[in-house]
Amino acid sequence: MSQSTEHIENTRTVIKPPNPRFKNWKIVYRKLKKNKSAMVGGFLILFLIIVAIIGPYFTPYAPSTQDILNKLQSPSADHWLGTDNFGRDIFSRIIHGTHLTLIVGFFSVLLGGAAGVLIGITAGYYGGRIDSILMRLMDILLAFPSILLALAIVTVLGGSLQNVIIAVAISSVPVFARIVRGSTLSVKKLEYIDAMRALGASDARIIFKHIFPNITSPIIVQATLNIATAILSASGLSFLGLGAQPPQPEWGAMLSDGRNFLYNAPHVALFPGLAIVLVVLAFNMLGDGLRDAFDPKTKE
Amino acid sequence: MQKQKELLKVTDLKQYFPIKGGILGRTVNHVKAVDGVSFTVYEGETLSIVGESGCGKSTTGRAILRLDEPTSGEVEFDGKNLLAYNKKEMNKIRKNMQIIFQDPYASINPRHTVRQILTEAMEIQNSVPKNERNDRVIELMETVGLGPHQADRLPHEFSGGQRQRIGIARALSVDPQLIIADEAVSALDVSIQAQVINLLKKLQREFKLTYLFISHDLGVVRHISDRIIVMYLGKIVEIADKKSLFENTMHPYTTALLSAIPSTDVEKKKERIILKGDVPSPIDPPKGCRFHTRCPFATDLCRTETPELRTADGMLEGHMAACHYMEDIKAGKHQPTTV
Repeated sequence: MSQSTEHIENTRTVIKPPNPRFKNWKIVYRKLKKNKSAMVGGFLILFLIIVAIIGPYFTPYAPSTQDILNKLQSPSADHWLGTDNFGRDIFSRIIHGTHLTLIVGFFSVLLGGAAGVLIGITAGYYGGRIDSILMRLMDILLAFPSILLALAIVTVLGGSLQNVIIAVAISSVPVFARIVRGSTLSVKKLEYIDAMRALGASDARIIFKHIFPNITSPIIVQATLNIATAILSASGLSFLGLGAQPPQPEWGAMLSDGRNFLYNAPHVALFPGLAIVLVVLAFNMLGDGLRDAFDPKTKE
Repeated sequence: MQKQKELLKVTDLKQYFPIKGGILGRTVNHVKAVDGVSFTVYEGETLSIVGESGCGKSTTGRAILRLDEPTSGEVEFDGKNLLAYNKKEMNKIRKNMQIIFQDPYASINPRHTVRQILTEAMEIQNSVPKNERNDRVIELMETVGLGPHQADRLPHEFSGGQRQRIGIARALSVDPQLIIADEAVSALDVSIQAQVINLLKKLQREFKLTYLFISHDLGVVRHISDRIIVMYLGKIVEIADKKSLFENTMHPYTTALLSAIPSTDVEKKKERIILKGDVPSPIDPPKGCRFHTRCPFATDLCRTETPELRTADGMLEGHMAACHYMEDIKAGKHQPTTV
């Protein structure tokens, strides 16, 4: 008898287990590790983030230094990816532009995602009139092609990278709102939500402690895939001259600069274009992999 | 049993769910899930509600707790009308009444450990001071038959029966007076059912709980109840103490329902009454007695006049049934009208 109570005493104090959240993430990570393309995408992104942070310290040239004598040179040992029409080193510019691209991608999705999640969860949880009003608003936003919407917003706000982030964020709000609303509806009808209501839990507690943690996987997947779209939209806007302003080495803007010399010096447009393709592809591969990994129906 | 304190009094409770239709999404009709139900639960007893799927028994339970707002009626708990409370006041009083759900897999948050689940319940109602919550968790787990070493496990590490015990512990964590058990054992194996029912009985003795036990399983109901309500299509057809209901069945529907209980007595061959047809739709329930479409004794009177719950001669006090002909059927004077 004394032994058993001692055992109980022990367990009361000693057991300090790892965070239970961790367990679910571990399963996802194990599944993800088996998916080759997702891992390639993931490592590419990791690589790009590292390049964005430390890359600028190691570039052979400054991104804005002009060298008119050596303009439009083809790739060589001196200029690995050649030079543009002002003689600026394209390799250095691409490296210096990496953080711009990633920042635009991350922040527009962060902003748009946060707003979309809030709207979607509110609409799904409260239902009724609130749901109708919010979702009709989202439908209106969704009715415009996202690039057109972003274009209109940037035109109103004026062209700058910051406004591009805002514009792309706004155009990605309805996508998140729809997905989150759907997931909220399916979680809301589970009995444990009723149990919390029966215990007298506030709406805020139910939403943030019980609904939100259980709908994170579709949000993460959507966010990853949306970063790719956001980067593409932002590059598009910069290409049109509405985003990054010269001499910022934004990839879309560089692509735009290069289009005048496509015939004589195709590398000016080619390399920034390839960089965009690479980054978008990486996020798409990781996003697809995450979707499979979060799906409980796929086996480890 | 008599003259006990009324803990819960439900009067003319109605729960209509609107059916939206058309382009404008207007309400075109209602599902009359619960249509004028009145009963009283006395302190310390177990009152069961039985009936087939869709008869409104779960809806009644949910409406009492205001998990779905009832359309009309009155719910008095301990003399106070619950439906008059605003959300905040209601949340406070929820401490006194808890619910145990049917599906042990859906009724607890898969991302929270047992400790988190129980602590949160105490936190919401502030029923236990902060520094005592950990000890209370262990105490509760022991009460429902779980070991303290399991406190930091996630729900998926438990079996269905154990999960149900977690659900019970969560309900107990705020020291309720009334527990609504909504099909609490229906999803469990028979052997586990017995364990959980015995646990519920033990807890009732220990904590002086009152149960509103919702089930479709007459065997379970017979074991646990003091009194039983039989519902059919949103209305009560018979209400009686357990003994009267099983031995002095008055309503033809109850008779049919009871005849469906499998008997372990080989000698006593019971006659099974098999009802014809399906339960009519609660969107457009039959006029008059709702059971007339399937009742072997139905007459024109049944098709036009709705029978009220009443106590006939030869029935004990508190035993009521809603049938025009129950005395005659009992005395053998009224024979089945359909073959």
